[in-house]
Amino acid sequence: MDAMDEIVREFVVESYENLDQLDQDLVALESDAGSRALLSSVFRTIHTIKGTSGFLAFSNLESLTHVGENLLAELRDGKREMTQLTADVLLKMVDAVRDLLGSIEATGNEGTIDTAPVVAELQAVLDDPTGGAAAAAAPADADADDALSEAMTALHVSDDDEDDEDDEDDEELPAEEAVAEPEPAAEPAAEPAKTIKPKIGKRPADKPAEAPAPAAPAAAAAPAAPAAKTEKVEETAVRSAAEQSIRVDVDVLDALMRHVGELVLARNAMTNLAADMDDPVLVRASQRLSLIATELQQGVMKTRMQPIDHVWNKVPRMVRDISSALGRKVRLDMVGKDTELDRGVLEAIKDPLTHLIRNAIDHGIETPETRTKVGKPEQGVLTLKAYHQGGQVVIEITDDGKGIDPEVISAKAIEKDLKTAAQIEAMSPQDILQLLFLPGFSTAEKVTNVSGRGVGMDVVKTKIDGIGGVVDVQSTPGAGTTWRLRIPLTLAIMPALTVESASETFAIPQVNLLELLAIDDKLTGIDHVGDAPVYRLRGHLLPLVDLRDVLGRQKRESLVGAVIAVLQADGGRFGLLVDKVRNTEEIVAKPIAAAIKTIGLYAGATLLGDGSVTLILDIPAVARRALELNETQIEGHDEHAGRGDTEQMLVVSVGDGRQLAMPLGAVTRLERLPATVLETVGGASVMQYRDRITPVVDLAQMLGAGAAFREELAFVVCQRGDRTVALIANEVVDIVDSSEEERSEVSGYGLLGSIVVKDKVTELLDLEAAVTAADASFYEADDNVFNESEVAELIGAGKGA
Amino acid sequence: MRHQLATFKLDDRLYGVDVARVQEALKIQAHTPVPHAPRTVAGLVNLRGQVVLMVDLRARLGREPYGPDDEPMMMVVNIDGEPISLLVDAVGDVLELDPDTFGPPPPTLEESLQELVTGVYSMEDELLLSLDVDLAAQV
Repeated sequence: MDAMDEIVREFVVESYENLDQLDQDLVALESDAGSRALLSSVFRTIHTIKGTSGFLAFSNLESLTHVGENLLAELRDGKREMTQLTADVLLKMVDAVRDLLGSIEATGNEGTIDTAPVVAELQAVLDDPTGGAAAAAAPADADADDALSEAMTALHVSDDDEDDEDDEDDEELPAEEAVAEPEPAAEPAAEPAKTIKPKIGKRPADKPAEAPAPAAPAAAAAPAAPAAKTEKVEETAVRSAAEQSIRVDVDVLDALMRHVGELVLARNAMTNLAADMDDPVLVRASQRLSLIATELQQGVMKTRMQPIDHVWNKVPRMVRDISSALGRKVRLDMVGKDTELDRGVLEAIKDPLTHLIRNAIDHGIETPETRTKVGKPEQGVLTLKAYHQGGQVVIEITDDGKGIDPEVISAKAIEKDLKTAAQIEAMSPQDILQLLFLPGFSTAEKVTNVSGRGVGMDVVKTKIDGIGGVVDVQSTPGAGTTWRLRIPLTLAIMPALTVESASETFAIPQVNLLELLAIDDKLTGIDHVGDAPVYRLRGHLLPLVDLRDVLGRQKRESLVGAVIAVLQADGGRFGLLVDKVRNTEEIVAKPIAAAIKTIGLYAGATLLGDGSVTLILDIPAVARRALELNETQIEGHDEHAGRGDTEQMLVVSVGDGRQLAMPLGAVTRLERLPATVLETVGGASVMQYRDRITPVVDLAQMLGAGAAFREELAFVVCQRGDRTVALIANEVVDIVDSSEEERSEVSGYGLLGSIVVKDKVTELLDLEAAVTAADASFYEADDNVFNESEVAELIGAGKGA
Repeated sequence: MRHQLATFKLDDRLYGVDVARVQEALKIQAHTPVPHAPRTVAGLVNLRGQVVLMVDLRARLGREPYGPDDEPMMMVVNIDGEPISLLVDAVGDVLELDPDTFGPPPPTLEESLQELVTGVYSMEDELLLSLDVDLAAQV
């Protein structure tokens, strides 16, 4: 019922507005009887009300406007002339519509208002082809009388009004009677002037205590001077719905939001200033300003905020329709209906949300029979949940259906040529689910039947990306699926972290920030892969990117004292090394010149409290730039290839849960690149890497562990002179120290033995064999010949470059 | 109708741009350099709450860009409704010029200027190079 109320309310507000216009148009029509434009406008308004009331099942309102519409149609088509009489009945109709709307607004239904007399009058005019002419004689008379009696009504009402204003809504009933009362008036259609007169004149006398509602017809019916005054009183009384909400152009709100943004910046500047001046009076004043600015900001943001229910209220019906069409039984739970979102954001999530819900029922929740069979209750549960978290809105769509089977997704991805079987093999189930978001994964209808999931998920992702949001999916086969959208609250003002790098300040949007870590003087947790630093963060290797390098500034001499901002971008994490963290600040992104946008590192610029311009880093772009940048080469690492007493080993995972270790010293770089960089030349895998064709060898394939491919691959790059070879693994696991004694000699092809890393047996890769497999002459460059070219042939690797 | 040009000096040459396009002239203000920007971009400056691009006109005209010790002037011009700040050596007077004295740029003009100079006004003792301000502000 809530959803219904919302629609009705909108209808009432809209109709009131339309009626105001209608009044003016009708009055204008009397002086400009021939105006087609006015007539069309009036006709349209009534037509709209009729249509909507029919849709909302307000039958009285519908039949009333239906007759009115007929009359108007004739007027519009020039079949009859506009006369005083016609205008009167039309205005009367408008008033009756108003009464009905009043009742609908107050009670949600049409109440007991009897529209029959007005309908009859309208019909009478409609039926009387000479209606115009007959009436022409009467007006003068009627006018005078009417005006008088109306004036009386008006006076009376305005007296009454002052006492009764508060009780307005409760007084619908007497008002209705008043309209209903002169029932017979409609019959003698031949004498329209008279029939109207007694009806109006009677009221003040017979029912002195009546509510002001009936005065509206009187006042509106003849735009006489004395009546005009009351009309105003009247309006304030009747139209509470229209009063409480006004329509504001979104552009106005946008402009307001921009100004508030400016104010926030000015406030920041003021706060800065006050802190410097150390004047208690100024500090107090600036605190007050700060408070007001914050409230204003919240207020303006609120004008743009709408509860998510605006989108959700259409869901129950949708769920009902889809589930009945598909023969599912679904219970819908909605949590957090009141969670508010910026209007623009709300608009943008509408389609993705619809899509996800449809999908959850279509492919998630099983048929009742299947559910019974697997021991679930017949009725599936679809839960929509919205809540605020860390300045963002999180929306979850959860079903307790069959979940997403990674196997099916894998099969589909292979069939669609998006991934090879080998690539899939090495992927974790969670990674496989992310395949759903790949463009081209599931555009075909067929996918629905086969894979059961993911029609157009890439579109969902694109849309959510577009508003700076993130979408991900978690699923447990057999138990259900959760889609989670993280959406920024608003796009205008955002919290950001300001950091310093080489004495310059930059802003990092808080959305991208996961945590901050300080590097101590022992460099705890820092390791190097090749020359690229990584940080051991709770068992994971976090690649580190120095903002100085990204921005091409002076190299950092020591990592000591630097701060790692752990950032989330494009589904991956990385640590951004900055000199120090300054502050968190509310910033307003200002547009920047195209010349700066095209650099592709900055999302915009903003003004800080001290008035300086600061660039806002585009974190996903920084991450991409860092990937290219990880090519900071220090040649000659391979010189350390020989194994000493203890040496650092790089541990990577390949398929089947196998781990491989290789001497870190022999590794020049580690890269994470999308699988799409791989190409095939003459049956051998290669990739274009640093403008060169680099042979690639898949470790898993080479060792018969299936194959280690995924959407993104870990590339272990070995370089020697101008020769480069890349080894592909599933994931970089760790870097460990290992000593010669710990090694067992148990080995197989391509292996030298094994070591134990954190209680897990880890095979020791014969790196030379692996490298030679890709490029047989890799070591020849240094006269370091390995006679394993036959191996290379076996594997089918060509001579890359 | 005489042409009105706002003039400025750069490397001892006199340049002029249509005065209607000039919003204001200011001393250089603290600005934020933009890493990886083309070298013609001197940075971004806060002009009464607006973030304005600063174009190093010396670099734009093929010279050495301004160094940290230089104190150029900012000539704020209007490009498509947006202000852009051009860095010049010194801002001069607004001159009224006879259209008859206007001619094509001399072929002796350096190549780096040919593109941006639309023509030359011959004045008594020197030449005034008329600059295409839209092109000049393009970086």
